[in-house]
Amino acid sequence: MTLTEQFPVLVVVLPLFVAPLLALLASRGNLPWLVATVTSALTFAMAIALAAQVMQTGVIYYELGNWPVPFGIGLTIGPLSAMMLMIISGASTVALVAGRESMNAEVGTAHQALLYSCWLLAMTGLLGITVTGDAFNIFVFMEISSLASYVMVANGPKRQALTASFKYLVTGTLGATFYLIGVGYLYMMTGTLNIADMAVRLADVSDTLPVMIAGGFVILGVALKAALFPMHAWMPNAYQHAPTPVAIFFAACATKVALFVMLRFQYELLLPNLGPQAAFLSSWLIPLCVGGFLVGSAVAMFERDLKRMLGYSSVAQLGYIVLGISLANSAGVTAAMIHFFNHALIKAALFVAVAGMVLRFGSSNIEQLAGVGKRMPWTTLGFVLAGVSLIGVPLTAGFISKWYLIQAVLELGGLGILLTILILVSSLMAVVYIWKVVEVAYFKEPIDGQSMVGVREAPMPLLVVLWVLVLANIWFGIDPSIPITLAEQEAAGFFGGAR
Amino acid sequence: MTLLGLYNYWIFILLLVVGLYAVLVKGNYVKRMIGLGIFQSAVFLLYITMDKVEGGTGPIMQGVPEPGQLYANPIPQVLILTAIVVGIAVTALGLALAIRIREEYGSIEESDIRRLDHES
Repeated sequence: MTLTEQFPVLVVVLPLFVAPLLALLASRGNLPWLVATVTSALTFAMAIALAAQVMQTGVIYYELGNWPVPFGIGLTIGPLSAMMLMIISGASTVALVAGRESMNAEVGTAHQALLYSCWLLAMTGLLGITVTGDAFNIFVFMEISSLASYVMVANGPKRQALTASFKYLVTGTLGATFYLIGVGYLYMMTGTLNIADMAVRLADVSDTLPVMIAGGFVILGVALKAALFPMHAWMPNAYQHAPTPVAIFFAACATKVALFVMLRFQYELLLPNLGPQAAFLSSWLIPLCVGGFLVGSAVAMFERDLKRMLGYSSVAQLGYIVLGISLANSAGVTAAMIHFFNHALIKAALFVAVAGMVLRFGSSNIEQLAGVGKRMPWTTLGFVLAGVSLIGVPLTAGFISKWYLIQAVLELGGLGILLTILILVSSLMAVVYIWKVVEVAYFKEPIDGQSMVGVREAPMPLLVVLWVLVLANIWFGIDPSIPITLAEQEAAGFFGGAR
Repeated sequence: MTLLGLYNYWIFILLLVVGLYAVLVKGNYVKRMIGLGIFQSAVFLLYITMDKVEGGTGPIMQGVPEPGQLYANPIPQVLILTAIVVGIAVTALGLALAIRIREEYGSIEESDIRRLDHES
């Protein structure tokens, strides 16, 4: 028994065990931050090792406590899970390294240890969802991560953070409870909670009403958690008022984990067994996606707060991902998975840059950032390059996502052409809202009476992280082989029946 | 089975809808938490209902079981025990947030808070 064989469980258990220890370190200067960052970095290293292993030898199975599946809980790490593990632990590490000074500025030192403790719990939950093979386990991990997230959002600097957190709590709980109802119906019909086992047993009861209702409840619950349009209202609010490092972390991965659950249920359980009904459910999602990316981008154009603008931009980007999922073809689901990866890179970079600006200006209001391009040239340039990737200009990661998505959409024929046009319209709106920031940053004089004397370039760790992310955006725009290999392996599993 | 024979499920639906109504319509944060509690209880009832096996007793082993003895399915009970714990955590956190909101705003009515945010 070697240590590497235990990575599938360690990757979840390590942050879980460190979290309560952190809570004991209250008010010890930088120590809580250091412990959280090291834990997060170790998790990231394990995630990379797991991804490398999955790319070489295929899906990893792990039986907790050696109880055979389906009686015990099995962990399954497929290509997509491995990718998600990298995204979550990577985003957490990046946000912790870049966000240290923001955290000092926005959250009192007395509460920091507890906040980092919640941070690791949130991470545990998100990682747990991606590795577990058990439908009820997903619910438990979902609630671990959500409860910790509510606390983190509530710690934002303004009092609006409290109401934002409350709304997030209500929506999140509704979502989790709908998911629970769905799982209940599935258990009722199949007598099992293991997803792989459920997929086999569903074949016998596939055309019964409870199974169809279960599908609806699960998708609805997960859509609430994922802030799918029109259930997105909580998200820009939470991103705006949460402490900025928390916003970096969540923007890069939190809602994507909910979409990961949606994708697994759609492709492992519903589509293979329910056929036409599941396809009907998918086609019902398409208008929501289109509404999501059109409304999200349009609202982002008129937002005055930078963090809120990026929140609405995320609503739009999640619309692209769900569109890929709901196309129900191999190319579509591949595009969705590639965008999981690329959107994490893009949004992490954008929010890191915003964290730098907020740290120096004390505000995320776009108007007040006038002249930031001259005072903080590297931060602003990083923001602009990440914005270019968001728009989807060639040679950036964002372009790869759009390219794959449009190819998948065009497989639909006439409807595909219409959808392509709508995607391009949404991209043009992204040009508008990114340009709005560029204009203020480079071409506007600072507002009268506003002192710019104290404003200097963002702290070094933040700049390093930002530029690593920006270069990664360009690197994965030129050589996207890692996300594409993982996504295609996973899609082959869904459609080739190889799993 | 008649419609009345399924009364557990009717109560499940009733509680679900009552809870959802309170969550969506009420402006008072404590009332919303109450609604959320009712909503979650509905799901507890659903799970407890599905573990019933006709003619089965409680799933507790006492000595050697008689042949043909049926037991209720213990798994949903265990599952819902976990969900109840989660529900308590959510309620506790939600009420704690309501207290903090009242400290900051002096009110837990959605309309008051919106007005105060608008003014500031």
